[in-house]
Amino acid sequence: MPANFDALASAIEQSEKDLLRRWIAALTAAGATRSGQTSDKDLKDACGRFLNELRNAIKNGAGEDISSEQWQNAREVLEEISTARALRGYSPVETALFVFSLKEPLFDLLRQTLAREERLADVLVASGGLLDRLGLFTTEVYQKSREEVIKRQQDELLELSTPVIQLWDKILALPLIGTLDSARTQTVMENLLQMIVDAEAEIAIIDITGVPAVDTLVAQHLIKTVAAARLMGADCIISGIRPQIAQTIVHLGLDLQVVSKATMADALSLALKKTGQKVERIAARG
Amino acid sequence: MLTETIETVPIRSSEDIVRVRQKVRFHADAMGMSLIDQTKIITAASEIARNTFEYGGGGELLLEILRDGARRGLRVTFSDEGPGIADIEQAMSDHFTTGGGLGLGLGGAKRLVNEFDIKSQPGEGTRISLIRWK
Ligand SMILES: Nc1ncnc2c1ncn2[C@@H]1O[C@H](COP(=O)(O)OP(=O)(O)OP(=O)(O)O)[C@@H](O)[C@H]1O
Ligand SMILES: [Mg+2]
Repeated sequence: MPANFDALASAIEQSEKDLLRRWIAALTAAGATRSGQTSDKDLKDACGRFLNELRNAIKNGAGEDISSEQWQNAREVLEEISTARALRGYSPVETALFVFSLKEPLFDLLRQTLAREERLADVLVASGGLLDRLGLFTTEVYQKSREEVIKRQQDELLELSTPVIQLWDKILALPLIGTLDSARTQTVMENLLQMIVDAEAEIAIIDITGVPAVDTLVAQHLIKTVAAARLMGADCIISGIRPQIAQTIVHLGLDLQVVSKATMADALSLALKKTGQKVERIAARG
Repeated sequence: MLTETIETVPIRSSEDIVRVRQKVRFHADAMGMSLIDQTKIITAASEIARNTFEYGGGGELLLEILRDGARRGLRVTFSDEGPGIADIEQAMSDHFTTGGGLGLGLGGAKRLVNEFDIKSQPGEGTRISLIRWK
């Protein structure tokens, strides 16, 4: 097998420039630059580096197994390319094309170089198998990077959707939006408790205008949050209970064990009163 | 009475419970249910879906549209092949729970819909149907 790869490496070495040009043409035709998202120069660099590492690997005696030490540098180039593509929103097919579109120009080259030699068929099969494995490797890396992106977005969303706002001296507001699952409740609770300490808050207004449905699990989460806040010395007020939510709460038989107000404004005025504060209208001037 | 099956939804993870709510909301809205009726059937379905997942070990939701003369309704049927419920009356009663919950899911769901049907036996799984008429 290494003999077949040697033929491949020397073919690449002999006409590297020409091969590079035809590979890039094939990639561009297949839309790899994605109308400017990857610059021509970046693409050329990446292709050049990969060809170089491919040749080096074979020179160093690399075999079929692309997970071996000798393939390390070539793998790193592919990893870099696949990760960049995953982050830029390329599809897995577009990512795999990077390696697969090298096949045609490379096979043409081998056919020319080894035209009258018996081993042509063997070299083609060995090279095809090698490119297939390297191509699959790019999709594997792509998949992993996408999963990381999604995980990070989920984490960001968890944080994003649970801001605690200082509304007034000693008064915090916690607007809840979306589904209150157990993971989010945990984050909400931690953020709220921390803010209660930091702001020396006495009242926390939990607004559920953005919560689509209150079922027994959501209720349990709310009750736990309220109880934890109470242990930290802050009372909670729940606001934003829409009429349809009020009805389901009653039918379910839920007791939220907390004062509730229809709107955030009502809740704020109660909170001001409880903390001994007052907002006054300045007498109209002129 | 005419029934028209719309779709089935698997319940295998807690994300599936969110999907159940979204499907029920979509079809309740599509048949022109009021916001209050929508919220009632969604909340009831959410309760039974979670029981199906937590106690029934997962199962399936069947969504159907019912026509009875001029009347239209949405029927959601949850079935699982879990351990089943030995004492249905006790399970239905408020504040009874074996899972550290509030024990309000079954009774609450029944109060949120127009028709409630439960079939369960130890070792035979559980099947619960809810209907909300428009
Ligand atoms: N599909 C099921 N299979 C087996 N047992 C069930 C099933 N559904 C409910 N049960 C039993 O009935 C009990 C009461 O259910 P219910 O939904 O009313 O309360 P809960 O789920 O314990 O708490 P909550 O719904 O208020 O969070 C459960 O604790 C469980 O023991
Ligand atoms: Mg329940």
